[in-house]
Amino acid sequence: MRPTARPSSARAPASLREPRLQPMKHSATNKRKLKESSAESAENISQVQKILRERFCHHCAAGKLFGMEQQYRHLLEVLKRTTVHGESNSALIIGPRGSGKTALLNHVLKDLREMKQVRENLLEVHLNGLLQTNDKVALKEITRQLQLENVVGDKVFGSFAENLAFLLEALRKGDRTSSCPILFVLDEFDLFVHHKNQTLLYNLFDISQSAQTPVTVIGLTCRQDILELLEKRVKSRFSHRQIYLMNSFDFKQYIKIFKKQLSLPDEFPDESFAQKWNNNVQHLSEDKTVQNVLQNLFHHTKDLRSLHLLLMLAGSAVTVHHPLLTAADLQEASRQHSTDSKANIVHGLSVLEICLIIAMKHLNEVYDGEPFNFQMVYNEFQKFIQRKAHSMYNFEKPVVMKAFEHLLQLELVKPLERPSVRAQREYLLMKLLLDSSQIMEALQVYPNCPTDVKQWAASSLSWL
Amino acid sequence: MNTRQQSKLIYSWYGKPLNSDRKLRNSQYKGILITSESTKTEACIQLGDFILVEGVNADQPYVAQLMDLYEDGAQHKHAVVQWFCRLEEIPQHKRKLLKREISAQEVFFDQVLGYDTDIAAETIIKSVVVLPLHLGEELPIITLNKEQTFYVRQSWDGKCFKVLSPDTFSKLKEANKKRGVITNSSKVFIPSDILTPVKRETGSVVRSATKSKNPDIEIESKHSTSKSSLAKERHSQRVANNDIKTPTARKKLELNSPTRSKGRLLGCEVLDLLDDDCDSIAPLEPSATKRKVKFTSEILGSPPKIPCSNDKSKSTLETAEERQRFSETMQFSPYTKVKDFSEKDKNLCEKDDILSLVGYQKPSSQIPVLTPRSRRTCAQKTSALIAEQISMLDQEDFQSGSGSSYCSSSEEEEDDDMPCTPEKKPKSSRIFSTPKSSRKSAVHTPAKTLKKTPLQGTPRTPRTPRNATPEIPRRIQAAQEPASVLEEARLRLHVSAVPESLPCREEEFQDIYNFVESKLIDGTGGCMYISGVPGTGKTATVHEVIRCLQQAVENEELPPFQFVEINGMKLTDPHQAYVQILEFLTGQKVTANHAAVLLAKLFSTPGPKRKTTVLIVDELDLLWTRKQNVMYNLFDWPTQKHSKLIILAIANTMDLPERIMMSRVASRLGLTRMSFQPYTYKQLQQIVSSRLKGVKAFEEDAVQLVSRKVAALSGDARRCLDICRRATEICELAQQKRTSEIVRMAHVTEAIDEMFSSPYVNAIRNASLHEQIFLKAILAEFRRGGVEEATVQQIYHHYVALCRVEGLQSPTVSEIMAICSRLGACRLLLVEASNKYLHMRVRLNLSQDDVMYALREE
Repeated sequence: MRPTARPSSARAPASLREPRLQPMKHSATNKRKLKESSAESAENISQVQKILRERFCHHCAAGKLFGMEQQYRHLLEVLKRTTVHGESNSALIIGPRGSGKTALLNHVLKDLREMKQVRENLLEVHLNGLLQTNDKVALKEITRQLQLENVVGDKVFGSFAENLAFLLEALRKGDRTSSCPILFVLDEFDLFVHHKNQTLLYNLFDISQSAQTPVTVIGLTCRQDILELLEKRVKSRFSHRQIYLMNSFDFKQYIKIFKKQLSLPDEFPDESFAQKWNNNVQHLSEDKTVQNVLQNLFHHTKDLRSLHLLLMLAGSAVTVHHPLLTAADLQEASRQHSTDSKANIVHGLSVLEICLIIAMKHLNEVYDGEPFNFQMVYNEFQKFIQRKAHSMYNFEKPVVMKAFEHLLQLELVKPLERPSVRAQREYLLMKLLLDSSQIMEALQVYPNCPTDVKQWAASSLSWL
Repeated sequence: MNTRQQSKLIYSWYGKPLNSDRKLRNSQYKGILITSESTKTEACIQLGDFILVEGVNADQPYVAQLMDLYEDGAQHKHAVVQWFCRLEEIPQHKRKLLKREISAQEVFFDQVLGYDTDIAAETIIKSVVVLPLHLGEELPIITLNKEQTFYVRQSWDGKCFKVLSPDTFSKLKEANKKRGVITNSSKVFIPSDILTPVKRETGSVVRSATKSKNPDIEIESKHSTSKSSLAKERHSQRVANNDIKTPTARKKLELNSPTRSKGRLLGCEVLDLLDDDCDSIAPLEPSATKRKVKFTSEILGSPPKIPCSNDKSKSTLETAEERQRFSETMQFSPYTKVKDFSEKDKNLCEKDDILSLVGYQKPSSQIPVLTPRSRRTCAQKTSALIAEQISMLDQEDFQSGSGSSYCSSSEEEEDDDMPCTPEKKPKSSRIFSTPKSSRKSAVHTPAKTLKKTPLQGTPRTPRTPRNATPEIPRRIQAAQEPASVLEEARLRLHVSAVPESLPCREEEFQDIYNFVESKLIDGTGGCMYISGVPGTGKTATVHEVIRCLQQAVENEELPPFQFVEINGMKLTDPHQAYVQILEFLTGQKVTANHAAVLLAKLFSTPGPKRKTTVLIVDELDLLWTRKQNVMYNLFDWPTQKHSKLIILAIANTMDLPERIMMSRVASRLGLTRMSFQPYTYKQLQQIVSSRLKGVKAFEEDAVQLVSRKVAALSGDARRCLDICRRATEICELAQQKRTSEIVRMAHVTEAIDEMFSSPYVNAIRNASLHEQIFLKAILAEFRRGGVEEATVQQIYHHYVALCRVEGLQSPTVSEIMAICSRLGACRLLLVEASNKYLHMRVRLNLSQDDVMYALREE
């Protein structure tokens, strides 16, 4: 007696439909009950996944800000004064990657737009150093975003010089009390510094320091040495208002952030599930292994983005079967998060390739990191085959060459200079991109590694 | 075209000196003869005549009345004039005072003081007619020589428009009358439009013979109808600084120009004219014969040149022809159609529509009587031919280099000025009259012109918005005025707030002021180089000087001057400087190379009515090019005799002339230099307190602390003001609860710390544990190797060891690489491209001591 498809089951993913088949073995009444609860939980799980995904993948302004109240207030004040009083300003938001510079700005702008005195009273121009690679492109973008191009009657803009003169003229016309303030947001500010003569920056800062249209220039950058990059005239015109974001929280706060990021909001439809989930999160945060995992990550980086990544990996383990996160999930995620990518490649190599790598390792030890060529590696390998190997088959040179080229393609070895046409491949100088400790570790977990190879790897002198 | 020779105008006195002043060795004359050497034509201009004088802008020669003519001791011919000014010469914002529509031909009696009324006689182009009118009076309907006739209704004294005083009115009237009387008495007053058709016929007979030599060439007819083509030619001649290339024939234009029939009064000449016009073969005077012969021989000898000689007459000729055609259409087509046309015209150019309508209706009654049908066909042929020739000339002009682009640009402007109707009309009417034009060229003409019409129509529309001034939208809610003391202080402390006077720069101000003032009074040129580190008030002081000078001009203590400012940082290319200067001066928009030529011409020739130009060149060092031609030109112009150019060059470095300039540029810059020293703490204090006058927002000591701090670092006034501004914010934030607090030491210290503290130490302290260990590992590796550079692999070994000591799990290589790139992105480390992986070299971006200091604290 199979039930017909219900609307809820239609929505659940295919994988989630399987568990419904299992309770079939039980009695009919029990079956119905279980089925309903599972459908319900499937709904909940997909909701949870949606919420977490939105939280961790889109770094949207809806997310909360942690440990930057002071900076938030500072920036909000600056922008408010620009819009309300028409005061020109310039500021830089400086902080390492993932410290929440853009999040802070978006947050401030969102709150600003909701204020009554500000609404419709601020023009925004967003530029990005990666997109506006020179001043010409940047000027065009500014004109477009300020919607000034229709003034020229659909005329495609002329030269760069005309464009600059046009924009400067437009900005010069305005004054503090009558013109609409303009906010310039320069993302990846450090890239604008490399534009010729820093013309754009000079002009923007110059306007912000003169009685023209009120303008606020906000730059976002991760470089601490940004002020040294500004040309002296540009630097003088910059107001030296710097807002630093440092991720300056300790581990306790980090745990709190972890809890906040993982717990479900109050407006979650199924309250009992939300309760259960949040209780679990609370338990997790007190669990020793979870704390260890988090501590480890915290020691590596305080950047919240890597926490998001870890939680994302852990969160993807949540299914109907396994509706709540466990410490093991987090541990597994942490393991994935911190694996060595190059060592992972080594696991997939053939025995011959492993042997070549070991030969290179020995060469590195003997010659103290000097570059080697294929011929040297081959000789080393030959020595091993002749004197030590019992299980190894003696490969011909072209085969070894092929294996060597495979290593080259995997970028485990790197030529010192670009291979020229004339140079013989055997004698190209190479360097190994693996550390000996990485090789030894990889060998430990390498499946079915011949013992003699392992022994050879352990001691370079063992064949003597 | 190598038969051409250099065309030259010879100016000679007419008659004997009236009275000569022995002491001054001046001798006055009553008239001047302008002789074109190549064509042997003469024009006589007498005292009281109205003349056109070469100006800055070739399209707009100045209008003036000749008051006096004299020769000075050095044998230079001078003329004293009474200026009239065109609408274009009046500043844009003053034009509104007029409150009425102005026709293009209206001028104003110029009473502006300060214009030099003494001009070189060689700048006189030709004579024109200026008719005084009462304010309410309609424009008299004048169909002939429209371009040569100006009207004057009001006077302009630089501030407001006034009705002509009865005295000047009568004087002007008299000047006209005198001329009228003279012409009447000599009985040669023949209206040129009656004159021309006859004349044209004679020419065309010859030309039709030569015609076969000129196969169909592209025609550009509109060029010929330009009202000031003469002036323009002179201009373009000068611009193309090789006069050899300019066609000689061009100067012959004066052959039929009204100047001649009006101004020249000698009996023989009159007869000669009559001769020409009536086509009589037997000359009475030998001189006349001579000329006649010459004329015809030229026609035969160099056929391509001939039509050019009639360039001027052609314009009248063509219009006459057009009218004639139009009258035809009037006869053939229903009346409604014509009305339709004129309606269209109205839309196109409102200001000329009265004139043009008049122009159409008049000839319908006149011309058919004057011109029999046989002549008309002839006229058509000739006009087509002339157009061909003109186009040929034009092409040559284009080839002649620098002058060429000007021609094209002026041509464009011409389109705007001209009422387009007279051109358009015949084209539509030509459809009716095509059967008559059996010749190839005649057929060619309408086809070409027809094609042209839509082209002419289209660019007109976008041109207006081009000049439209771009504007940032206005704010919706009014800006709030400062409410508290701190807000008021903050507003005043903003760098953009311009104080009434600049404290602490009195000496520099006085020096610059005196320099510019003396040059202004002398009417000479000069350069001054001003240097100083950023934020020492260079630009502000110079602007202040200009403001004061402008004030003085308004009080009529100084002669007026033009103020132009360019900024190296606001130019995309050093050569754009020319473009901007020229645009400021004349409003023309041209390419950089052409602008350079025009400016050079402008500053090297004596221009009447030209004011002194004060040019500020900010951020001079950015005008540097490899050949340094921009700087060279800028500093060369003031040394020219007639340039009247004062340059104030501003840059940061004191030794810029010695460091980056070639010696010839540096030498022209001269030794008038001034350097702005960085502000001392006392000066900074004074600057802040002068801005805060009347607002009690700062403790005395707090201001002093800021000033001392900034003076010790850079002496940059901007920094000082910014810190003070930031301090008010901090104060405001701190005072939340308590009321009205003033900025104290603590706030200022916090602001200073915020601005000047090194971010590195803070960044290291807030780095994660492993990042700190990585930095320690770097230090250890540096110490071991003794070199301030290491590869990641080397650091990794130390790192693992350190982790073991700390009892931490040692991270994988991938994690190390992540840490390394994170620190690299912050620029705590300088790292190589990451594709080298373990062999990537790493260096510290700050000193080892700083790192040690930052790490030890904990």
